[in-house]
Amino acid sequence: MEKTAVHKASMPVNTYRLIQIVLGVVFSAYVIWRFYDVFIGNPAYGADTWMRFAISGVVLGSVYALVAIGYTLVYGILFMINFAHGDIMMIGAFGGYFVFEALKNIPSPTVGDPHQVFLNAHPIISVILAFVVGMIVAAVSGYFLEKIAYRPLRNAPRLVPLISAIGASIFLENAALLLFGSQRRDFVNPVQLTRGTGWNIPVNGTTVILPYTGVLTFVLSVLILIALYLLVQRTRIGRAMRAVAENKSTAALMGIDVDGVISRTFIISGALAGAAGVMWGIHLGLVYYQVGFIPGIKAFTAAVLGGIGNIPGAMLGGMFLGIIEALGPAILGLPFQLKDVLAFGILVLILIFRPTGLLGEVLSEEKV
Amino acid sequence: MSMLEINDIHTYYGNIHALNGISLKVEKGEIVTLIGANGAGKTTTLRTIAGLLKPRQGQVLLEGEDITKLKAHEVVYKGVAMVPEGRGIFARLTVTENLDLGAYSRTDRQNFAQDLERVFTIFPRLKERQKQVAGTLSGGEQQMLAMGRSLMARPRILLMDEPSMGLAPILVESIFDTIVAINKEGTTILLVEQNALMALSIAARGYVLQTGEIVLLDSAANLKQNEMVRKSYLGIE
Ligand SMILES: Nc1ncnc2c1ncn2[C@@H]1O[C@H](COP(=O)(O)OP(=O)(O)OP(=O)(O)O)[C@@H](O)[C@H]1O
Ligand SMILES: [Mg+2]
Repeated sequence: MEKTAVHKASMPVNTYRLIQIVLGVVFSAYVIWRFYDVFIGNPAYGADTWMRFAISGVVLGSVYALVAIGYTLVYGILFMINFAHGDIMMIGAFGGYFVFEALKNIPSPTVGDPHQVFLNAHPIISVILAFVVGMIVAAVSGYFLEKIAYRPLRNAPRLVPLISAIGASIFLENAALLLFGSQRRDFVNPVQLTRGTGWNIPVNGTTVILPYTGVLTFVLSVLILIALYLLVQRTRIGRAMRAVAENKSTAALMGIDVDGVISRTFIISGALAGAAGVMWGIHLGLVYYQVGFIPGIKAFTAAVLGGIGNIPGAMLGGMFLGIIEALGPAILGLPFQLKDVLAFGILVLILIFRPTGLLGEVLSEEKV
Repeated sequence: MSMLEINDIHTYYGNIHALNGISLKVEKGEIVTLIGANGAGKTTTLRTIAGLLKPRQGQVLLEGEDITKLKAHEVVYKGVAMVPEGRGIFARLTVTENLDLGAYSRTDRQNFAQDLERVFTIFPRLKERQKQVAGTLSGGEQQMLAMGRSLMARPRILLMDEPSMGLAPILVESIFDTIVAINKEGTTILLVEQNALMALSIAARGYVLQTGEIVLLDSAANLKQNEMVRKSYLGIE
């Protein structure tokens, strides 16, 4: 006891590190014990239940990844957190919702079913339309969000655009409240994509459903993430984005229209969030004016987890968070209602112990 | 008509009056140097020409065309390239990607390969390092990259801000040789240098800048003999 006190007085930095290590060891030991307890000691769930958790985690994770990219792209270029990003996702979700609603009312009679509607007669076209519209309205919103709420504050102190972002978020939610009301609406899918239906996988004598909506969400997310990666790494616009992220005035000296690149970054981020919103609606079935709030904060957590500014980090962070959220409560023996608390607990821990995130993008001074 | 002419430029940083009525001319095919002590306003002058800073008063003319109001990226399309102070390479991008960005303003992409070859002929070291991330290059290699990148734009006029800064003497000489070679190929050059002796030995004419004002302009040969220049910038008593 006394020894520690002396130590602390003379080497405060090492003491801090020591506390971190001790806490880390204790926490790891607890997690390992929980793993042992849950899987071997007192198996709480069968393999089928774990599989259901895992499926739901991977699907949610892929949505978080899409939204997290938006936080990371914008941070990479403007060094600000776009707190209204979750609301852009909400706008995308409404876009997809209204497409399905409209197509549900267009009759498309067939020989077998005179009451058939377009939505069910042409589910693939309907889904494509929902995504196209959802992505476009979200992209356009992202574009105007930057132009109106952030661009005039480009040279203001760093805190100012953050406040503006929070203001924009409140504005967008209230605009949606005014336009669409406060009720939670049922996101009606084409009948072929009815929630809860899917492929049946036999596990442990029972069957686990691999939902169609989940597979659609996951596959589409992965395709979009690959496309984004290629865009950033292989194309002229991607090169310009990376140049602007590193140094705006030198980028301008190359002939790059910096404002244009920033606009395009918001358009791309918005489109990804819009796609995520439509996925959220299709897979989870609800849309309302605050539907983007929780996934927005989760995706922000994912972006920080992967190292904000780091694109592969955001992808991995999203997946990781989705899986932790789905499996964590069961493994740690927490009530499932606490899964959000778990996610935000992770955010707090990361911010305290490893603010650079898992992939360790250094928030260098030159950037700040 | 001069390649570049600036008339009575006043540039401010907030309330700081950094350039107090600067005028200068660079003729087509010339190397002109701008010398001056730290903080005299050399970088500010180049940044104003490049459009990164907007003067409150005065004009920047490129072959007679007024480019004062253009944005920095638009000025590039007019044929002005700049090697910024401290090189300004994109450290996280590869050498090739940096060079590629140098050609960003070019519309004739079909000449890209040929221009890349030209840069690699001037700087063979860059060819060896093509795939390398630029931040891992040595200081001298980074300077070569910054110059090579500016050449990829095929500028009519090249603005260079202290290209010799922080380089070993032997490298400084080869950088100056390269500047002469680039100029011989037809690029007009406005060169800002701390190394006034070297700059004056390759330039045709020179301007001396002091706290935001041009205090002297003459042929390089005359400037080298000038009492004040010898004392203040060449370190010769
Ligand atoms: N971003 C800025 N904000 C405020 N003042 C500035 C800024 N940049 C330069 N200045 C001031 O403007 C004046 C001219 O600076 P400038 O960088 O043009 O000098 P310089 O001749 O390039 O000097 P050096 O040889 O050190 O590069 C200096 O007094 C400097 O302090
Ligand atoms: Mg300078």
